[in-house]
Amino acid sequence: MFFDVVVVGGGHAGCEAALAAARMDRSTLLITLNLEKIALMPCNPAVGGVGKGQLTREIDALGGEQGRNTDRSFIQMKMLNTGKGPAVRALRAQTDKKLYEDNMKRVLSSAPSLKILEGAAAKLVVSRETATGIELTDGSMITAGAVVLACGTFLRGNIVVGDQRFPAGRMGEPPSLELSGSLEDTGLKLERFQSATPPRIDARSIDPDRMTVDPGDENPETFSPFSRQKKFEQIPCYLTYTTAKTHEVVRKYLHLSPIRTGSVSGKGPRYCPSIDRKVVKFPDRDRHPVFVEPEGRHTQELYLQGLTTSMPVWVQEKIIRATPGLENARLMRPGYAVAYDYAPPSQLKLSLETKPIEGLFLAGQINGTSGYEEAAAQGLIAGINAARYVRGEDPLILRRDQAYIGVLIDDLVTKDVDEPYRMFTSRAEYRLLLRHDNAHERLAPIGHRLGLVPDGNMESVREENIQMKSLLMMLKTKIIRPSATANDLLAKAGSSPLTEPQSAAQILKRPEMTISAVLSLAGCSTSLATDGGAVRRAGIEIKYEGYIERQLAEISRWHHLESTYIPDDLDYMSLKGIASEAREKLTRIRPSSLGQASRIAGVSPADVSVLSLYIQARH
Amino acid sequence: MPLMVILNHLFCFLPAMVGAAIIRPMQEIPTIAAISTPLGTGAIGIVRMTGPAAVGICDAVFRSVKGLRLADADSHTIHYGAVFEPDSGSLVDEVLVSVMRGPGTYTREDIVEVNCHGGTVAQQKILSLFLKQGAALASPGEFTRRAFLNGRIDLAQAESVAQIISAKTEAGLKVAMAQLEGSISREVKALRQSLLRVMAGVEAEIDFADEDPGEPDFAVNKEQLEEIEASIGELIDSAFVGRVISQGVRTAIVGKPNVGKSSLLNSLLMRERAIVTETPGTTRDTIEEIINVCGIPLRLIDTAGLRPAGDEVEQIGIERAHRALEEADLILCLFDGSLREDDHDRTLLTSVPADRAIYIINKSDMLRGRPAAFNQGLLPARPVLISALTRQGLTELKEKIADFVLGGSLPPLEGPIVTHERHKLALERAAASVSRAAQGFRVGLGPELIAEELRSATGSLGEITGEEMLEDLLDVIFQEFCIGK
Ligand SMILES: Cc1cc2nc3c(=O)[nH]c(=O)nc-3n(C[C@H](O)[C@H](O)[C@H](O)COP(=O)(O)OP(=O)(O)OC[C@H]3O[C@@H](n4cnc5c(N)ncnc54)[C@H](O)[C@@H]3O)c2cc1C
Ligand SMILES: Nc1nc2c(ncn2[C@@H]2O[C@H](COP(=O)(O)OP(=O)(O)OP(=O)(O)O)[C@@H](O)[C@H]2O)c(=O)[nH]1
Ligand SMILES: [Mg+2]
Repeated sequence: MFFDVVVVGGGHAGCEAALAAARMDRSTLLITLNLEKIALMPCNPAVGGVGKGQLTREIDALGGEQGRNTDRSFIQMKMLNTGKGPAVRALRAQTDKKLYEDNMKRVLSSAPSLKILEGAAAKLVVSRETATGIELTDGSMITAGAVVLACGTFLRGNIVVGDQRFPAGRMGEPPSLELSGSLEDTGLKLERFQSATPPRIDARSIDPDRMTVDPGDENPETFSPFSRQKKFEQIPCYLTYTTAKTHEVVRKYLHLSPIRTGSVSGKGPRYCPSIDRKVVKFPDRDRHPVFVEPEGRHTQELYLQGLTTSMPVWVQEKIIRATPGLENARLMRPGYAVAYDYAPPSQLKLSLETKPIEGLFLAGQINGTSGYEEAAAQGLIAGINAARYVRGEDPLILRRDQAYIGVLIDDLVTKDVDEPYRMFTSRAEYRLLLRHDNAHERLAPIGHRLGLVPDGNMESVREENIQMKSLLMMLKTKIIRPSATANDLLAKAGSSPLTEPQSAAQILKRPEMTISAVLSLAGCSTSLATDGGAVRRAGIEIKYEGYIERQLAEISRWHHLESTYIPDDLDYMSLKGIASEAREKLTRIRPSSLGQASRIAGVSPADVSVLSLYIQARH
Repeated sequence: MPLMVILNHLFCFLPAMVGAAIIRPMQEIPTIAAISTPLGTGAIGIVRMTGPAAVGICDAVFRSVKGLRLADADSHTIHYGAVFEPDSGSLVDEVLVSVMRGPGTYTREDIVEVNCHGGTVAQQKILSLFLKQGAALASPGEFTRRAFLNGRIDLAQAESVAQIISAKTEAGLKVAMAQLEGSISREVKALRQSLLRVMAGVEAEIDFADEDPGEPDFAVNKEQLEEIEASIGELIDSAFVGRVISQGVRTAIVGKPNVGKSSLLNSLLMRERAIVTETPGTTRDTIEEIINVCGIPLRLIDTAGLRPAGDEVEQIGIERAHRALEEADLILCLFDGSLREDDHDRTLLTSVPADRAIYIINKSDMLRGRPAAFNQGLLPARPVLISALTRQGLTELKEKIADFVLGGSLPPLEGPIVTHERHKLALERAAASVSRAAQGFRVGLGPELIAEELRSATGSLGEITGEEMLEDLLDVIFQEFCIGK
């Protein structure tokens, strides 16, 4: 059997990779351990959030599936940070996890060039430092033009609950044991990380009256502008807080916690601490929030966000029951931790192809990330680049000033990860440019050129852009004169009266003024109601104008560094004048541009200056 | 952001480098030469050359007594011989030549140093021979720049070295040395760390909005920022002290024509630097000299006498005198004690700010014990009575100058002192951003915009310390806030 692209793993990374390659007309095979568990969410069935939501938006803009599939499957949708500026606004959805899996499986099954196979990859076949296929545990061989590995937490996976430890990729699923060794044989280095998930309880056993109801947005937005908006009743989440009593229980049994017994190997994420760790690290806090979140319409499972722990099951139950509203909670599934192999991503190029093995791409948790959005983003890029590799085309590499996806991959490849990597907006230096609202303007043209965004969708992105631009023009040129009606409208919006004529754009820059108020002030027929997207974006562009200009200036200042490419075969060890620590780092990471080199920890500006000299010398 | 720092390297600090080395391919790195003893001092002069062709160029004009070619000489050896004019074969000077091969040198390139018998003529001659043989004339500081470029020293060190070279007094040297040891870095690092803590709160509020990191306390933040701004302000103020130490207190001597300004300059310098005549309007252009008064470096500026100008040249001179007066840290305001005050004196008094001035009545020798004809009641402060001619009262004047510099409003000399213009500018940018952020907290600006200001403030401070932001920021966030689902 030969395929252009073989993808191993039907998780969030693997699904995007397989769909992208297939949609780019490469014959594609998706191999996964269990066809009943495609796109499964082993942790919280929520997609998006601050930083992550922007990733999902970008995936959608490029023609990926995660956004649309979430729109098909959510039970609650919320825009976060609405009290803050639009640059940091982000969408978060609670999904019906079973529905999410089914919907994704349906999409995969209807993609014309995509075949799906249940099976377990045992060995990566490599010839002359090039990936040529996969051997399955049953001995069958699949040859391929390119291989994408997206094995998640399965490589030598090991679960810990209390004093129990057993090999597993996720609860109830066998790990993948052979593949790790085969990868190490090819020269890839693997290390251990760890991740954990909280217990699930029965929805019928909680007391909602003792908790705060946390409903979805009244008019839920969707991740994809191409999704049809659905009207249905959303399911609420609940918020409760741990109490001194809860913390007392944790402290009482702390000696049984894996953080004390040391039974969990591998480093875990700091941003996802267990309740044990929180109580130890922040002894002064008298409460921690617990979000109680439904996992679907047709299950009673409730996810306890904030109560992650892998203490023994009977202790988990005591901790939960010491928390208001959960006094009678019935445990349905215990929390657990899993330790697994990942491949330190400095072994990757910015295309997500590995440096030692040509034609081998890695995506998702295997690269030391965590989260569905981070996984899907990498899967999409790996799938695109595997397809391009097979066609002999240059890889798609998104820049840091272009997309969160660019920030994600550049960080992974350039900076050593020492805990599972999760996206935060603070990781992006151009946060005001990389917004939820303009993701399609930024990236749909790229997706369209790749053949992933259909003409019709591209057309509507373009139309909205034109509309937005002409609105911008109007706001900047429309002069509002001081008049009784104008000042009346201003007073209504809580703003001071005009003393001299000002452009509508200038008035909009007053913090208290909204775009709708300014549109009515300008006597404009367009409105939020009729042209939501364009109007909102025009407003944002004007509100942020000064800051956006600053960031654009910044980008062009660095342009020469970012666009000076470093030859692949540069022998850093032979370069004089570069500090030896920097030389080692550069040799290992092999940055593709001076800009990337400058971001490596341990490479000083002086090193970059010298490097630039040598590069000039080679031309 | 390391990028900020690099930009400084590429564009700000090394404007010449962008034009030369960065653009020029490696193999064409020019060999450069310069006279490295300050002109006009010392009996021995050094002409120095660095670059790939240094040894070869020197060989073309040098003959060692032992008949050894420098190309065959070991590194770090000294050779006795003579420099000849290669065409005519005529002797230029008897010299000692040191050969030092890269990378074990200051610039990491080959260096040749020629110690000649001194005299400007011999040095100039040898330099011009080198230039004729293909060396390029080094621009000021280019040796240090080479060292920096070749990774021998980092930017802060390069700047400090440059300052050691130009430090005119002992005190200046000490500051330059302390800088090498990073006293400013330490101070700025601490400020940056406090800034990061405020920033962590703002960032946590943005990134963990749905995870309840705990409400940030805006009032506290604002207060902290104001403290940070004040500390940055102190550092900026210390930039004055830094400049004083490395460049001297800018001291302008002003007065109407013929009161004896040039005579005062000369007697403070103890040599006949400026022309002195009986004709009013003798000095036409400003004259600057560095002198050391009680250990304090003064940049003494003699100016043209202030009066309505007679001609165009005098007009320009008087404009310069006014500028010197405006820019001066200290003004020595001079009057002729033997004459009654006139309108010129009165006009002058209105344009001299009293808090920067020392008033001086000159020509005390002509009074012979009688009170001065000049009405001292006009002056805002008690004047010093001197004679530039007989040096009477000069000691009192010097003490008064020292008092002004050391006892006045200047911050004490210990602690970090900002001596680099680049650092000062970065600090000023940081202070402006911090102040906008504090203002943002007050008026309820969006946290993402406050974060932008804090980000650029941290970036500016990072330019001084060479630190990157993001890793630190995340560390602080996770330390200070209990975050996580
Ligand atoms: C216990 C637990 C806790 C977690 N906690 C968090 C959290 O707190 N926060 C967070 O953001 N994320 C968390 N996650 C991570 C999140 O689930 C993953 O980041 C995300 O699912 C990774 O996607 P992926 O596509 O890389 O891998 P996965 O979704 O794990 O998919 C891997 C796929 O590869 C297949 N596979 C593996 N090996 C083979 C093989 N040899 N042959 C064929 N198929 C194979 C598997 O069947 C599976 O379908 C947690 C995961 C687990 C298991
Ligand atoms: N007796 C006496 N004569 C002095 C003294 N100081 C200066 N003179 C004389 O005053 C005349 C002018 O002195 P300058 O030093 O040239 O005065 P100036 O203020 O520089 O004058 P301009 O440059 O023309 O503005 C000269 O003839 C000096 O010799 C002093 O202390 N005593
Ligand atoms: Mg004079």
